[in-house]
Formats: sequence, C-alpha cells, structure tokens
Amino acid sequence: MKKVLFSILIAICCALQAEGRVMHVGSAQAFKSVSAAVADALSGDTILVDYGVYHEGNLVIDKSVTLRGVGLPVIDGEHKFENVSIKADGVVLDGFKICNSGISGIIDFAGIKIYNRHYVSVKNNVIEDCFFGIYSQYCINCTIKNNRLAAHQQHEQQSGNGIHCWKSDSMQIIGNNISGHRDGIYFEFVTNSVIWRNVSEKNMRYGLHFMFSNSDTYASNVFENNGAGVAVMFSNHVKMFHNYFKENWGDGAYGILLKEISDSYIDGNVFERNTSGIFIEGASRIEMYRNSFKDNGWALKIQASCMDITLRDNNFCGNTFDVGTNGSLVLNNFDHNYWDKYEGYDLDRNRVGDIPYRPVSMYSKIVEKYPPAMILFRSLITSLMDKSEKVVPSLTPENLKDNHPLMFKVPL
Amino acid sequence: MIEAVNLSKSFGKLRVLNNVTFTSNIGECTALIGPNGCGKTTLIKCMLGMVVPDSGTLRFKNENISTGWVYRSMIGYMPQIGRYPENMKIGQVIDMLADIRNQNAPLDEDLINSFGLRKLYNKRMGNLSGGTMQKVSASIAFLFNPDVLILDEPTAGLDPMASEILKEKILAERNKGKLFLITSHILSELDDIVSHIVYMQEGSIIFYKTLEALKTEVGETKLSKAIAHFMSNTTA
Amino acid sequence: MRKILKYILLDILRNKIVLAYTLFLLAITFTVFGLEDSTQKGLLSLLNLILFIVPLVCIIFATIYIYNSAEFIELLVSQPLKRKNIWLSLFGGLAGALSFAFIIGAGLPVLFFERSATGLMMVLMGVLISVIFVAIAMLAAVSTRDKAKGIGLAILLWLYFSLMFDGLVLFILFQFADYPLERLMVGISALNPVDLARILILLKMDVSALMGYTGAIFKDFFGTDKGSFISVLVMLLWIFLPFMYSLRKFKRKDL
Repeated sequence: MKKVLFSILIAICCALQAEGRVMHVGSAQAFKSVSAAVADALSGDTILVDYGVYHEGNLVIDKSVTLRGVGLPVIDGEHKFENVSIKADGVVLDGFKICNSGISGIIDFAGIKIYNRHYVSVKNNVIEDCFFGIYSQYCINCTIKNNRLAAHQQHEQQSGNGIHCWKSDSMQIIGNNISGHRDGIYFEFVTNSVIWRNVSEKNMRYGLHFMFSNSDTYASNVFENNGAGVAVMFSNHVKMFHNYFKENWGDGAYGILLKEISDSYIDGNVFERNTSGIFIEGASRIEMYRNSFKDNGWALKIQASCMDITLRDNNFCGNTFDVGTNGSLVLNNFDHNYWDKYEGYDLDRNRVGDIPYRPVSMYSKIVEKYPPAMILFRSLITSLMDKSEKVVPSLTPENLKDNHPLMFKVPL
Repeated sequence: MIEAVNLSKSFGKLRVLNNVTFTSNIGECTALIGPNGCGKTTLIKCMLGMVVPDSGTLRFKNENISTGWVYRSMIGYMPQIGRYPENMKIGQVIDMLADIRNQNAPLDEDLINSFGLRKLYNKRMGNLSGGTMQKVSASIAFLFNPDVLILDEPTAGLDPMASEILKEKILAERNKGKLFLITSHILSELDDIVSHIVYMQEGSIIFYKTLEALKTEVGETKLSKAIAHFMSNTTA
Repeated sequence: MRKILKYILLDILRNKIVLAYTLFLLAITFTVFGLEDSTQKGLLSLLNLILFIVPLVCIIFATIYIYNSAEFIELLVSQPLKRKNIWLSLFGGLAGALSFAFIIGAGLPVLFFERSATGLMMVLMGVLISVIFVAIAMLAAVSTRDKAKGIGLAILLWLYFSLMFDGLVLFILFQFADYPLERLMVGISALNPVDLARILILLKMDVSALMGYTGAIFKDFFGTDKGSFISVLVMLLWIFLPFMYSLRKFKRKDL
C-alpha cells in the first residue's frame, strides 16, 4: 500500500512539474485538429479541446502533454483506427469521448492504448463501442480513473476487454464503470496494483479476469451480472476486500473462480445470487473472513485439491447448497461461521452451537460424484436423504464441519 | 325376443353358467327357478350387460348385447337387492333416471302412486328399509313402460299389501303383451302369473317348458307341487 | 353423457372433502406467499405441494370415490347407457372437480402473486398432475373389487411415483456411473409424470442454472420450447394410457 501511495505522489509531482503552454483546439480555435496541436506542442504543454467530433485517424501522443476535453469532445475512430495511442511518459488524457475503434482479429485495436510508459493518467473519459477500451502494455505507475466504458458487441470473438493490462506494474484502476466488453478488467502479469471502486457489469465473459498477477489488491468493486463472474487464477498474495459479487447467474457462472491461488485474503465480500459464490480449486493458504454468502446456488465449491483454507465469521444465508466438495479429504478449516441451515442448539448460551454443523449435504455430494443426479433436484427422495444423513453421516466427509457454528448472524 | 346361445360364465374356478341356451318371446311370462346359486341372477345380469359372459351370444331383438346398449331402453329391471347412491334422495334418483333416459313417452307412475312413494321423496336412499328399497326398485322398473321386464325376486321383502299391488301390476302389464322374466323362490306366487318355466341347476338349464305342459307331465295343478315332484324325480 | 357428467360433478362438488381440499390449498398458498420474503421462494415451497400433496389427494380421493359409487355405477350400467360414457363421465367429473379445486385453491393465488411464465407453468403442471393421478386412481380402482386393496394400491402407486421411482433412478445412477447417463435420464424421467412436472417447473425458475450446471442436456432438452412441448405431450399420454387401460378393464368388469 505504501508503494502505491508513493507512486501516486510521484505522479502528482510530475503533473505539477509539467506546467507549460496552453493550446486550444476547436472549430473556432487556432488548431482545428488534436493531432495538429500535438505536433506543435512541447512536453509539458496543456491542450484544451473544445466540443466537436474529431476524425483524427490514429492519434499518436508522443509528447508528455496534458490533453483536456471541454464539454466531452468526440474522437471517432470510424471503425478503422486505434483512436489514441499514448507513446510518452506522463501524458494526461482527460474528458474525451472516444468511440468506434477498429475491430480486428489480428491487431488489438483499443480506444486508448498506452505503450511501455510511466505515469500516464487516463481519466473522466467515456469510451463507447471500442474493441478494447483502455489497453496498457509494459506500463508502470499509470492511473486509469473514473472512465466509463461501454461496448455493445454480441460475440465474444468480436469484442475486446474493457481495461486490459499486460505486463504492467503499480497500476491504479479506480472508479471506472465497464460494461458490454468481453472481460471487464483483464490483468495478466500485472503486479503491485490496485483495483478500487470499479463497477464491472454485463460483460460477456468475466467481470474481472486476473492471471499471473501477484501482490495485487482489489477492493470495493461491484461485479454484477457478468457472463461467468470473476476469475482469479495462477496468482499469489492477492487481497480481495469488500467486493460485491452479484447476479452471476447461469450455467458455469461463478461469483469468483479461484484457481491456483495462494497466500491470499478474501475478506468482507458479499456474494449474492451467483450459481456458485466461490469455486475454488488448487488453492492454498487463503483466509476468508467476514464474507456474506446469500441466495447462491452453491455458496462455496471447494475442491479436494485445496488446503489450508480458513473460513471464519462468514454468513451463509439462503443458499441452495452451502458447501460442495468432490473428495473426502479435507485440509481446510471451517470455524465460527453462521449457517442459516444449522438446526443445532445452544444450551450454554454462549452464542455458539453445541453440536457441529456439516455444510456438505448428501445430495450435493451425490451430484458432485454423479452429475446426472441433478435431474432429481428438489425431489422428495433427495430431501429425505439429506435429512437422514444429518442424523447419521455416512457419505459426506467426516471432518468437513464447523465445530463452532454461530447461533446468530455475524454483524457485517 | 331374448335369445341366449351357449352362454357360459365362470367366476374364478366356479362355473356359474354352463352353455345356457334359451329363447323367450314377446307375450311370454317366464319364471326362472332353481336352487340358490344356480345362476339365475348371473343370467339376468348377463342380459342387462352387467356381467360379461365368457362365451356365447345374447341377442335382444336381434341386437347383440355385447356390442349394443340401446336395447336396455326396452328393459325395466328390478334387482334382487337394490343398490343406489346412498346420499341421493328417492325423488332425485327417480328424476335422474328420467332425465338420463330422456324418453318422450309419458311415465308410468302407477306404482309410485300406489306405493305412496311421493311422501318419501325426500328420504335418502341410505336410510331406507329393505322393503321401501324394493318398492323404489319396482317403481323404477315399470316407470318407463318397457317392453320387457326383468324382475329378480320381486316380492322378497315386500309386505303382503305391497306384494299384492305389485302382482296386480305384473298381471296388468302381462295382459298388455309384455315379456316378463321373473325369478322367485315363492313358487305359489308365480302360479297365476307365469306361462313358461325355466328350471336351472348348477348353471345349466334342466328344462324349459310351458306351465301347462309341466303340470300335465307331472299330474299336479299347483306349480310348487309340480316342481317338488320334479325335483324328487330327478334326484331319485 | 353430458347428463351423467352433470350428476357426477354436482355430487363431487357437494362433497365436503373437495371443499376442505380447496380451503387447505388456499391456506397453504397464502401462508407460503405471506411468509417467504420473495415470491420465488414461495414458488419453491409450493413446488412440494404440487409434487406430493396434489397427487396424494387426487389419487386417494378418486379411488375412494369410485369405490363409493359402486351402487351408482351399477344403477347406471343397467340403464341404456354406454359403459364407455359412464366411465368417461366419472373421469371427467373427478378430473374436472379436482382440477377446479386446484385452480381455485392454488392456481388463482399463484397467478395473483406471480404472474409469470413460472407461475403459469406451475398451474398447468398442477392441473396436469391432478388429472394424471385421477386417471391412475381409476386404473387402481377398477383393478380390484376389494376397496381396502384398491386404496392400498393407490397409496402404493403414489409412493412409487413420488419416492420409489426416484430411488430407482439413483440406484441406476450409482450402478452405471461410468456410462454417460444424461441422455438416458431425460428418457427415464418421461416414465414418471411427477419428475416431468418437477423438471419443467424448475427449468422455468432461476434455480434452473443449477440444473444446467452439471450437464447442459437437461436444459437443452427440457428448457427449449420443443422439449417442453414434448414433455407436456408425454404427460397427456400419462392421462390417456392409464385411462384407456382402465376403460378397457371397466368394459369387461362384472358388476
């Protein structure tokens, strides 16, 4: 966190240093096009762009200038070009409407692409119907803030990601609103970065797609109604705090899909109405505290390949199945959670149930082993089996249990 | 009019009807007699289509009973033990039957009147005594002016007065030329009514004769004596 | 035929058990929709009602009614009426009255609280299930002369359709787990109208995603219009076949 703050400070200092000329672009101004102004500018200059529709082709910004739109000027890519290519450090792009980038199967056209730069800031832009929205490769310490990205593609192949970061470090993705892309936010080989207060919804595939990216934090984001939820894979030291995973409802949709994750924290998140709240596979050393699982199909699907996962002080309410698992070996620790299906008692009035709770129902176990048994979903026989299994456990894993189930919801 | 050919019926292993063949024509009044369990009621139920024979054919005015059903509109049937929906009232049953049969001809309500059933129209069938039930059955059998009347033990359970009313009704209708088929154990009653006798035993017809022929054959004037005579002859 | 149907319908509707059944359904639907915080949950609770209570009441009531109407049937058979029409009227009366009770007791409240495809499917399935179990009851009642045996048979059939059949399915699943069974399961479910109704209703609800979770086949088949159409057709067959078989038996029955 310190590192991040430090980088923000540096960015501000740079911006302050770069005080220079102010140039105007507009139909009634000296410069009729943005590219003409950029060609004439020196590093440190500020270019103010009046409202208008600009057909710049591929606008390349190769000087450290600040571009600021007045009244949301439009930079139209005419479905042929990459609208803005940022190829200088410290560029600020603020307040533009960027639309209709080219679409290609070979080149990753983007509304805004940042090439191998430091301290670039892209903020308050509206990006509509672009292939990729904001694309950063080999960048360090860039800020992407308060942008609104919307695409309306129908097919996954013809759509790029909203905010796409590749091999970058110390990025700050803050307060953006992303919808209609393939993946809302895509991170691959991105380290030490923050994803904070974004809303990523109605994207075709994942709201957040996160791979090989270590030591990142994402907090207070909303991921809602994405094709397959959120995927976080092959990463370590990831912190996920206070996010809202909601309405990722459909075949093979997850609140989060966690795969090969280690040494991470999942705290204070809300999982509501997802087919599976969390699907977790091959993970180790993960601490999950104070999350709320509400009205999911499966609150938690935890594969036997996971170990040292600690669940404590979580609320499980209204889920069809609380926990699903595929093995009998359990190396994870469930303790002090609230389960609304708990039917035990608390004689000593210490607010902790006196008998353990087994969150894996027999039927969910059967479905895991014999998937076609799903055809018996909500039939009389399966509910009878679950009831009898509660009395005499035989098939469900013996030691997958919460020894101290809470009698009352954890106040969150 | 009624023609049975080689009629057979078994209930499980019990053979109730054994190649029964007989014909009965309009104007005849035939008594079906024989010991208990000889197949009289089963034969009657076959004619009404209530029991389906295993083999053989039954024709009614040349209409095959097993396929037809319209013929039943020409039959009035009085069962041995009347069985009616218990929660229906007498009046409702009679109205319902009239409604279902939907005949345009006027109803013959003689028996209803002479039995005084109208006063009882609001009584439920389930609460009736055996005798009243029989009165209802008899009234229903005659109600639609049928060409054929099949009466199974008509006077059993009736008080002498009602019995007499019924007998008179039978005689009156017989004189109109209707076909009667009556079973009874009380042979003395049949004397003045029947013209033909069918005697059955263990599912087979032992004989089928006119009353006169039977009487002259055994030299008795009373039917009961004639039958007794006959039975002692056959068993001897 | 219309006249017999009229008498039977009137008689059944006068029956206090049908009235009690209607009130019971009403009470349950209103409690369910009043207690649960979302109508979706209410519908899920109602699902159990449709799958267990409705078949049970229909099969038992219809069986007992037919045994109790033995005298009535006997009376009608000696009248100039076709046996087919008598039996059809009995079926029509029972199916009509019980469907009517279901629609008043559960159908209208459901449509009132949840006027959606799910609600509509639920009512349709409830009516179909009512009629199917009346048809099955008629088969049970015509099969044996003994009332106690007949009611026993009806209860057994209910138990079979709502519990034992699914147990059998589970058994098959366990035994043949190594084979791809999804497609077979779709076929097998056609053998139990209760399962068909359950799947069709579930696929109209948003829990359907759970069914698509393990194998898309259920959804691909039952979820499509064609699949629903075929399923409803199979359910109609479940009315037609038991009824025709019972009619065949009734035509040959000695009274």
